[in-house]
Amino acid sequence: MAKADFEVPLLKPYAEIPALEPGAMAHSRPFVAKADFQGPLGFPGELVEDWQERAIDKMGELLGKYRSLRVYLDSCVKCGSCTDKCHYYLGTKDPNNMPVGRQDLMRKVYRRYFTLAGRFFPKLVGASDFTREVLDEWYSYFHQCSQCRRCSVFCPYGIDTAEISMAAREIMDSIGVGQKYCNEIIGKVYKIGNNLGLPGPALRDTLEGLEEDVFDDTGVAVRYPIDEEGAEILLVTPSADFFAEPHVDGLIGYGKVFHEAGVSWTLSTHASEAANFGMFIGSYANMRRLAQRIREAAIALKVKRIVFGECGHAWRVAYSFLNTLAGPWDFLDPRYPVPQHICEFTHDLIQQGKLRFDKSQNDDMVLTFHDSCNVARASRMGDRPGGQFEIPRAIIRATCNHFFDMEEETIRERTFCCGGGGGLLTDDLMELRVKGAMPRMQALNNVMKEKGVTHMAAICAICKSQFTKVLPYYGMEMEQIVSVHQLVSNALILTGQDRDEEDEEETSDEAA
Amino acid sequence: MSFLSGFYASLYYVAVVILIAGLVNKIVQYARTPAPLKIPTTPAPTSSGKVTLRMVREVVFFESLFKGNKWIWIFGWVFHFGLFLVTLRHLRYFIDPVWLPITFIQPFGIYGGIAMVVGLAGLWARRVLVDRVRYITSPSDHLILLLLLLIGLSGLSMKFAAHTDIVAVKNFFFGLYQLQVNPLPSDPLLLLHLLLVAVLMIIFPYSKLLHAPGLFFSPSRNQVDNPREKRHIVPWAERLEQE
Ligand code: HEM
Ligand code: SF4
Ligand code: SF4
Repeated sequence: MAKADFEVPLLKPYAEIPALEPGAMAHSRPFVAKADFQGPLGFPGELVEDWQERAIDKMGELLGKYRSLRVYLDSCVKCGSCTDKCHYYLGTKDPNNMPVGRQDLMRKVYRRYFTLAGRFFPKLVGASDFTREVLDEWYSYFHQCSQCRRCSVFCPYGIDTAEISMAAREIMDSIGVGQKYCNEIIGKVYKIGNNLGLPGPALRDTLEGLEEDVFDDTGVAVRYPIDEEGAEILLVTPSADFFAEPHVDGLIGYGKVFHEAGVSWTLSTHASEAANFGMFIGSYANMRRLAQRIREAAIALKVKRIVFGECGHAWRVAYSFLNTLAGPWDFLDPRYPVPQHICEFTHDLIQQGKLRFDKSQNDDMVLTFHDSCNVARASRMGDRPGGQFEIPRAIIRATCNHFFDMEEETIRERTFCCGGGGGLLTDDLMELRVKGAMPRMQALNNVMKEKGVTHMAAICAICKSQFTKVLPYYGMEMEQIVSVHQLVSNALILTGQDRDEEDEEETSDEAA
Repeated sequence: MSFLSGFYASLYYVAVVILIAGLVNKIVQYARTPAPLKIPTTPAPTSSGKVTLRMVREVVFFESLFKGNKWIWIFGWVFHFGLFLVTLRHLRYFIDPVWLPITFIQPFGIYGGIAMVVGLAGLWARRVLVDRVRYITSPSDHLILLLLLLIGLSGLSMKFAAHTDIVAVKNFFFGLYQLQVNPLPSDPLLLLHLLLVAVLMIIFPYSKLLHAPGLFFSPSRNQVDNPREKRHIVPWAERLEQE
């Protein structure tokens, strides 16, 4: 078990709603961004002098720009439906981590400055001045929201606390109080092209290495091209796919699928990052600037299609926002949606019977699937609502013999966040990450006990990194988290592949 | 004209103006505020027809609340459905001739009144007993429940205990249509009932009661899930493209 200087929650056979412990997580706050990390994003380097006034002005500006913010701050009736839905509340017991508790940190300021009732009767409606303490509370608790939208599923008005956290972070950035992790990363993308700061030569090296590995393994020359002008498909994938386990096994899988499909494809050094942390900090301007890189790469490389690799929030920005931020995409092939998810791409090929699998290659695993929050509740795959749940499962079923879902209350639209989303995947928030993972760990633990599950597949770089780090705190192994396209990679039989022995009649898969 | 009738007449003029002006103002504000990004909570409908169905399910059945918490749903739905029936029943004081359907639901309106009170009591009990709900409650949340409960109870007592002169009440409100103050019966229960209803109308646009129009403007519920097919862009975001 990993060592912790805080109490790791116990996993129970049934979900329990904890009693409140006010202030339990008041000490949790991520490192503040230094001036160097603020400047490139267009934010002041440190807390500005007239911060209070400027924060209120900014709030007014956002209220006029985002209907969500305005309507959500007005509409909450304090019914309580969302109170037990946030994984951070369930894991930390802190009432400010109940979604409505978190919203109220902003709502009390909104009421004070923007509503009649709050101006004249602040005590009556729980309104409060924007004091230094309130700002500190904001910094702490708006960085304890992974923007997973679970609360919005259960709210009678669809109030999405993620929208409020994003607005709060934008307001704090605008007065010089930024979060180091997010803002430093965004700066790296501007400067180098990806979150991890991997320069072009390093990427080329890695990809060459992958080509060699796959050749040694299969005897087939699968290519992992980068910056190849005129390729049909531009693949945009989270930079974690270039180097870390289990991410890179997923990248190997994408390459094999493209190879079997017989389409030309390429990565891009300029757009070597699918993630878009501009969303986490609620900054339309930065989110747009990051998204534009993909447009620029698509134009420069003269591609016809764009496909995204496995990443949750990246897919939200890609599916839901890319057309808005960087469209229109009229210069791409109109026969395909822009962008496509790699799972949609693979699933289509499976349905056309173009991929052959040897499922027994995954027989050392009994799988379950973690629905990533941004894929589940903020995007879609395929042409029917809910395709985002069915398509990855269909791929797993096509490539594995043993698959079991976790409890219904913890998957699909009700899925629990991994605990590390929304710009919180940083070591200075380890306690929060471990505690926030509790509901997911509990459901995993139960399905391990009941069905003998050994591995959990995911389609998100943040989920994979978070679980790799957090599983050991719960007495599990970090290798238990795998990529969906790792399963594809294991089972896929490449044309002309030399195979050790040959018994298996391969299943060219039934439409799942 | 007695002082009392005069006072209530002016009160209702003021209340109606505040209610309507306040609500129109809010609705215009919501409608004018752009929603720059596609943020429906998915899985979401892929056509506007299906979005309408989603909204109907939310408004009529409180679908999301049902997913979230069965107790709040039961009490909340009973209260709102009761309130709805009661409101319909009350229409007979404000229209003449009374439409047939309104005549028809008169007896059910009474059950509505009872349902409303029961629902409110349940919601209030949760507010006091469940620690999470207690934590998020401000004094105004209690006061609104108290207000609605008193409206319901004073109304029901006029039905079951101390009747008032309904014809005179109707006459009073019809007089207001013509800027004319007819005498209002001075039964204390009636006066309390009418006073509280006026207060409810006045606070409506300035309180959480805005959830009623708010629901219709909630982007996570009313947006169509079609971002890849149709480019969604609002004017302020479009201006960034010209820079
Ligand atoms: C479109 C119409 C409306 C819809 C869809 C709607 C829906 C809801 C829902 C789902 C709740 C949360 C559950 C609950 O606590 O009951 C709620 C709460 C509430 N509604 Fe409505 N409502 C509507 C109109 C109204 C009106 C006209 C009033 C009063 C005049 C009202 C008064 C309340 C109150 C006071 C609460 C809070 C109850 C509490 O404190 O727990 N609603 N509403
Ligand atoms: S968006 Fe997710 S993390 Fe944030 S308050 Fe809602 S449930 Fe919690
Ligand atoms: S479910 Fe929605 S309305 Fe109810 S308390 Fe939570 S945010 Fe407020």
